[in-house]
Amino acid sequence: MTIRSNGDVGNMSVVSETRGQWLSLRGLMAAPLRLVMGTLNRPMTFIQKRFGIGGMGAVFLAPNMLIFSIFVLVPVAINLAYSFTGGMPIFFGERHFVGLEQYQALLSCADYTKPATCREDAFWQSIHNTVFFVVMQVTVLVVVALVTALVLNREMRSRGFWRAVFFFPVLLSPVVVGLIWKWILQRDGLLNAILVEYGFERTLWLAERNWAMFWAIFVSVWAHLGFYALILLAGLQAIPRDLYEAAMMDGTRAFRTFRRITLPLLWPNLLVVITLALIKAVQIFDEAYVLTGGGPGTSTLFITQYIYETGFAHVLRNLGLASAASMLMGLVLVGLTLLQLMASNRGNREARA
Amino acid sequence: MSAVSTFLLRRRGGKGWHWTDVLSYIWLGIGLFLMFGPILWLALSSFKTPANLVEFPPTLLPLDARMANVTGYDKPLPLYRVKQDDGAERVLAQVRRVGLMAQMVDPVNPGELVRVPIDKRAAERDVKLATGNYTEPLQQFNFLRYFQNSIFVTVMATIITLIVNSMAAFALSKYEFKGRTAVLGIILATLMVPLSVIVVPLYLVVNELRLFDTLWGVILPTVATPTGVFLLRQYMLTIPDELIDAARMDHASEWQIYWRIVLPLAAPALAVLAIFSIMWRWNDFLWPLIVLSRKEQYTLQIGLNAFSGELNVQWHYVLAMTVLSILPVAAIFLFLQRYITSGIASTGLK
Repeated sequence: MTIRSNGDVGNMSVVSETRGQWLSLRGLMAAPLRLVMGTLNRPMTFIQKRFGIGGMGAVFLAPNMLIFSIFVLVPVAINLAYSFTGGMPIFFGERHFVGLEQYQALLSCADYTKPATCREDAFWQSIHNTVFFVVMQVTVLVVVALVTALVLNREMRSRGFWRAVFFFPVLLSPVVVGLIWKWILQRDGLLNAILVEYGFERTLWLAERNWAMFWAIFVSVWAHLGFYALILLAGLQAIPRDLYEAAMMDGTRAFRTFRRITLPLLWPNLLVVITLALIKAVQIFDEAYVLTGGGPGTSTLFITQYIYETGFAHVLRNLGLASAASMLMGLVLVGLTLLQLMASNRGNREARA
Repeated sequence: MSAVSTFLLRRRGGKGWHWTDVLSYIWLGIGLFLMFGPILWLALSSFKTPANLVEFPPTLLPLDARMANVTGYDKPLPLYRVKQDDGAERVLAQVRRVGLMAQMVDPVNPGELVRVPIDKRAAERDVKLATGNYTEPLQQFNFLRYFQNSIFVTVMATIITLIVNSMAAFALSKYEFKGRTAVLGIILATLMVPLSVIVVPLYLVVNELRLFDTLWGVILPTVATPTGVFLLRQYMLTIPDELIDAARMDHASEWQIYWRIVLPLAAPALAVLAIFSIMWRWNDFLWPLIVLSRKEQYTLQIGLNAFSGELNVQWHYVLAMTVLSILPVAAIFLFLQRYITSGIASTGLK
């Protein structure tokens, strides 16, 4: 099975097997739909007379592309323009052109390893935090998701139940995830109660720099684990059973089977999972924001929160600086996405071969 | 209990246990505890009274003081189990507490006041669900409004998403026209542009359109999802062109072909997109946080965040409302789990 394939139709078969069950629900929803669509028929026929059958393609595309242009394409262009302007006003006409000054402000640094020596120290602090977060979170996430997928792929009953256990947090909103853990980690929370019960000291988990970072990583792994485990599980289930049977016949040890069969055949999926996790991790915002609010101090301030605070939350909002920072982040993300497309294309080719 | 353990522990093959089985079940056990424990704890905590919530160490179940009506007293009095000097235990009702001493009466025979040191008494408590945690925020605070807003946003955004995305997907899969590849390319390229990168200019656009601080300002920027167009297009490619040609022969208009033939056939893919759209919009946080500023306009997620960010967090309300906000998601998960998991496994979208 392939993931996020481009132009490959075969992978939609999973969806089509559920076709029959929608009949009843469709019947229920059909009545109002028929009314709306039916009344739209007359104007649409008129339009068809004007533009011809060939022109209807553009007509069908229009609403989506209109919304899309206004809310995605135009903002991308504006973002670029804004990153070259300075000053306090919100509206473009009132702002003055500053060239590359915003980028210079962001990038001027005496020593990139020490955020305190930079002109925009908060930006570099957020980069340091994000890099640390991304490296730790993605490593832990991929390893834990892989182990979980391997366990869930074993022959056992009630597999659906166990899969649901690991998957359920994926559906929770980041706010809910943040709140649940904030509640457990607070001073008189469940975790401290358990620790005190066993004779340990109470710790202010979210008020100590290193612990706050630890919990930001832990909580985001907790929230997204099921998603990646599911993708890996789909990959594992696509590995032919007879390979394992042959290995068992030959008396191959479990670890060797894993290294020689599972890992190479799962590699395309793993690559996709790693790049997807990277892309998500670079943008980390909501869970961490609800959990720690960036604190204590700036110890869990990540790039997206920096952009949000510089552009919106601050009294001295600096839209130019925020735009420049988001352009830099966009560059990194485009790079990562290209990497991901390459990975999934390679995966497709290998899956077909 | 044993039925539960056999249900959870039975193996498919019926063969003996291997050490990897043991490790697997240890992993699953830790997983169950870590993944489900917090949610269970949230649910249990949400039924506790404020007094019960601030207790340390916390009680597992929501407990509330057992009260008794004692003749001669207007209000119900809390009951305590009191250890007497001779070692016997009695249940007494507390009238008031003065310093380290409590004045108590026998609820059956309320004649004289007994003075008891407070460390000699333990509260009699019952498991009781503080349902007020759920009803009060809906009545006194804006939470009902937040719910309505969230439902409005989710429903409208999902309907519009399904309509415009399916129209675009129809055009991109069943028509030949100039620039089709270019449009597809643009849509694919913007899969890379996450919202967090364009929040600043998006804010300006929404402001310019006078949509700032309105629910439509939350809805519209999210509806033209590239992922949705992509998913639907891939599915519509599998619908044979002969069907459409046959319909044209019968003088069906293009619009009729779209909604009478293509839409019903694409229902499974539409269902997957609908489920995902509901999840996305219900859980959205960063964008509504930027667009909405008046409290009456808050969605549930923003309301929860604001409520939990106050100086004196009223945890009993926050927890109850969190549970309420999970319920629709949990319902969707229970009934439509297969669509979600197959959707993720086949497309890698979330």
